[in-house]
This record gives sequence, C-alpha cells and structure tokens, in this order.
Amino acid sequence: MAQLDTGDSKGGKGGKVRSKKQNSSVDLTAMVDLAFLLITFFMLTTSLSKPQSMDLAMPDKGDKNKPEEDILISEERTLNLVLGPKDELKYYMGQLASPKEGPKDLTYTKESLRKLILDKIQSVPLATRTAAKPNGEPLIVLIKASKESTYKNLVDVLDEMAIGKVKVYAIVDITKEDNQLFGE
Amino acid sequence: MAKVKMSKKATAVDMTAMCDVAFLLLTFFILTATAKQPEIVPVETPASTVQVKLPDTDLAIITIADGGKVFFGVKAADVRIKTLELIGEEYNLSFTDEEKKRFSLMEEFGVPVNQLNGLIKLSSTDRNKEGVQTGIPHDSLDNQLTVWVKAARNANAEVNEKQLNFAIKGDAKEQYPEIKKIIDILQDQKVNKFNLVTGLRGE
Repeated sequence: MAQLDTGDSKGGKGGKVRSKKQNSSVDLTAMVDLAFLLITFFMLTTSLSKPQSMDLAMPDKGDKNKPEEDILISEERTLNLVLGPKDELKYYMGQLASPKEGPKDLTYTKESLRKLILDKIQSVPLATRTAAKPNGEPLIVLIKASKESTYKNLVDVLDEMAIGKVKVYAIVDITKEDNQLFGE
Repeated sequence: MAKVKMSKKATAVDMTAMCDVAFLLLTFFILTATAKQPEIVPVETPASTVQVKLPDTDLAIITIADGGKVFFGVKAADVRIKTLELIGEEYNLSFTDEEKKRFSLMEEFGVPVNQLNGLIKLSSTDRNKEGVQTGIPHDSLDNQLTVWVKAARNANAEVNEKQLNFAIKGDAKEQYPEIKKIIDILQDQKVNKFNLVTGLRGE
C-alpha cells in the first residue's frame, strides 16, 4: 500500500507481481439520473414553447357597393358587452335606449362575467320558448370594444365565450351611445 | 420437508441498458428541440384557456406590439423567398440571390419596403436592436401591409398550393383600434378567419 508498483521484481521478496483485479462494472446510477433529468427538461420545454391560438371568424364584409342590410335580432336574446377604458366592462340586454336589463358594471372575473354568461345562456332559451320552438332561441352576445380598451380585454371576453360555449357572438362597432356609458 | 432456500439477490442492478436508452432519448429531444428565435420586440400575449395549438405550416404571423408597430413574418422559408420576389416586382426592386437567402432566414421583420435592402444587410444581432425596425406602414396613405399580405398569399398558393392562414399576435396592452386596423386589412382581402395567438392561463 501507498507504494507504486513499478513492475521490477529484482530483489526484495522475489514474489509474484499481482495486478490488482479491477471491478469491471461502473456505477451508472448518477449518470442515468442526470440523463433523465435532462430528458424531462427537454420534453417539457419543447411541448410548452408552441403558442396556443384562438380561432376567430369574422363575418364577410360583403360588397362595398351594395347597401348594408340591417339584420333585426330579438331584444330578449341580445347581451351587449361594452368594453371600456381602464379594464371597465358594462353590460345590458336589448337596446341601450330601452334596455331590458342594466346597464350594469362587470369585472373580468370568474365571479362576475362568467357567472353572467352562464346564467344568460340558461335563461335566454327559457324566456324565448314558443310553441313552434320548444327549446327557445340561443343567446346572442354582441361585443363592443371601445377605443381605449385593450387587446387583452377582447381576448378575455372571447375566452369567456369559449368557456361558456356561446354559439352566437359577434364583435361589432361601438356606437356613440355606448361610448357615453363611460362618461365623456 | 424440503428446506426453502432464499436465493441471495444482488443489490446492484445493471444500469447499462437504461443508460443507453436515456441518452438515446436525450439526443432525440436535443436535436428536435427548436431553439427560440430572438424576438424583435418582446410581445406579451394575453392568456386564454383555449387548448388549440397554432398550426406549423401555411402560416403568416402579424405581430402588433410597442404601440401599434406592425411586424410580418411567414413560417416557411421558400414562401418567404417567393414573397420577397413578388414584393420586388410590385415596388420595382431587385434582390440578389444572396439577399434572398438572408431574407429567408429572417423570422419576422418590420420596416418600410425602401429600407428592406438595408435591413437584409445587417447582421441578425444588429437587426434586433431597439429602434432599427420601425414597423410596416399600414395606414391609408401607404398601406404596405396589404401588399405584403397579398404577396404572401400568392406566394403560398404558388409554392404550396394551399391557402395561407393568418395569425395575429398582439401584445396584451395594445389598444383595440390597432388590432381592429389589422383585422380590417385582412378582411378587405376576404380573409375572414384567423388565429389569435394567446398564452396559457394557469387555471
């Protein structure tokens, strides 16, 4: 021990030089641990880096030369969401001049906006039940984004549409009257 | 009664095969991982709960960030070259093969057409410096974005014989009218369906 075996065997004990038997297997546990750690890292980062997308279909603008036809929709079915400045949000049912409900303030939260949409999607078909249509008519949501509202507000509302499974919704131009809801 | 002999088990397991597999997988993931391209402008996309992923092919991305600056990019490199050729025809500009090749490596860009040659000459680090790319003009006076959109659609139809999809990648803080402008530009060309790029909401 603690002596270099130089290989020469002159003199001394004159005995046989024994090469030490090396253990041929290496402990790979730590290496495998590291490898799997890296695998996990690459697996997670590759799948997460792909951005998500939200499909948005807008109605065709049609021919510019043709006069636009106004489509009349039922007041009871329309929920107007008006996106204002500084993350403000208001809603009313029907027309602004003679609203069926509201205008009231909302916030972009689960408790407020989502609750309203889930509530309306149930109540509107019930209210519009007729003999001809026993299931009633579905809810229509009109999204009116004001000039000061942000893109985030719009995506938030569209996301709520997807969550609430609202089939009929449209992004429409805001009117002067709607703008006045937020003062000025 | 025969004695039940407990066979002595070796405590060490042979790790060689496991190690091989682990490194094989590791190599695979490292090679397939796409490195994140440096962005010209940082874009903080709004979050949504939608799980649909953005398509990989036949896609053009219009980025709106930094107070209404617009950047444009096409995914496929061969379509990029074709788009540049069509733009060259439109504005009577000529590009050398070298310039086309350099352009095909650009993920997205945002300069007026007359500065395009200068931008292509820059190195990729210089290109992404702040203030170099000022956005593509898209107002009613000089609507170059419309021309780019048109060129990209024609190029994709020619190269891949497919419709080009458009994705809008807007910063969460962008004002709605800026987004509306882009939507209007797309709708004027009868592109009525597009993707909005969003991030993941942790819910």
